[in-house]
Amino acid sequence: MIHDIPGGAAWSAPVRAGRVLTLTALADGANASVLIIGADRLDRLNIPDTLKSQMSACIRPAMVLMSDRGTALATVLESSLEWHDCLTGFGHDRHLERFGPSSYAQDGNGWRRSARLGLISELTKHGFGEGNLHGCINFFSKVGISDDSRASLAYLPDHSAAGDTVELRSEQDLLIFVSTAPHPLSMEPYAPAGVRVETALATEEPDLKLRDEGYRALEQTRGLLT
Amino acid sequence: MTLDSTVQPGDGGLVPVPAGGRLRIVDLHGNQAVDTLVYDAHDIDNRYSAFDTIREQAAVYLTTGSTLLSSRLDELAVITDDTCGRHDTVGGACSQESNVIRYGEFTRHQHACRQTFLRYGAPAGIGQRQLTHNINFFMNVPVGSGGELRFDDGLSAPGRHVELTASRDLLVLISNCPQLNNPCNGWNPTPIQLLGWW
Repeated sequence: MIHDIPGGAAWSAPVRAGRVLTLTALADGANASVLIIGADRLDRLNIPDTLKSQMSACIRPAMVLMSDRGTALATVLESSLEWHDCLTGFGHDRHLERFGPSSYAQDGNGWRRSARLGLISELTKHGFGEGNLHGCINFFSKVGISDDSRASLAYLPDHSAAGDTVELRSEQDLLIFVSTAPHPLSMEPYAPAGVRVETALATEEPDLKLRDEGYRALEQTRGLLT
Repeated sequence: MTLDSTVQPGDGGLVPVPAGGRLRIVDLHGNQAVDTLVYDAHDIDNRYSAFDTIREQAAVYLTTGSTLLSSRLDELAVITDDTCGRHDTVGGACSQESNVIRYGEFTRHQHACRQTFLRYGAPAGIGQRQLTHNINFFMNVPVGSGGELRFDDGLSAPGRHVELTASRDLLVLISNCPQLNNPCNGWNPTPIQLLGWW
């Protein structure tokens, strides 16, 4: 499968276990807000459990993306970027207000819709809804963390460029939900980048450098699936 | 005072707090993580959102002045007093399954916060879908500019407290953390006190 999601849009698809899913930024400053639901259509990507078990405040290779119930959903195999934000959520309608009003009647298919709106729409197509929203990964975006007393945050506008990639291997059958609306902390003009999604069969076991917790999550999941 | 109760380690509760009410959580013995979720009492899908809260305050740690936002960006509560200094909302709650991943199979049947959340949440309809990313009052999870994150010994001490003032009618779901495998409870879970004024 290969599909180009235009900037400012939302998309979802089932991805079978054992695939490599590659996301590629089609322009500078891309953002892909991603939610994942596991094979049982209940178990969601859990950002806190993913971070604490791998002692990271961002998503980077190589890490295992873990679910509410402690299964491995996907493994981040490789990326041209060492930091993908996962602490600042997806954008709401409020974050688009600075661009002024927008509607289909006024702007046609270029109308500005928030990540929240798009993700709820995609969730609903699969029988889910607002209640299934959970912490997301903002692939291609970085919100820097300061070493001050509050761990202050600042969005980095020049973090990613056209051609940046991230590769995920599905560890079970997944539903993946993607919004390409702008990162909610971006103060750039409205020009959201598109993102290409490609899937291929995972053919070989790459030599990953996971923490022990990552290998335990993979073992647990493979045990449950066999 | 309309509420004064002690919550034993490994226990929890679902506390209704009316708009304008103040709920104080006291860390009686120090270094005790108190896993907390907050819901709009009239619509449990309008629930605390850790990452919306972090983004809108442009800082990771919670302390006095932090506004706890819902997944619809409604204001649920404000932290109006804090003698600890800072609190975590990135580390999530312990569960049997995440304990196995972090510490090994021997922890599979140890008690965990997720069970307490589900037990006390169930009567209000709070189940798997409604359990979202929580606050860990008194827990120290430093993050840094290199993207690192770790669990450290607490910053808290006996008698320190944090106070929430409700911005609307709330249900506050609490698990007094039973975790034995990391320093979040000083390796020894202890009781907390809940005080309420409304």
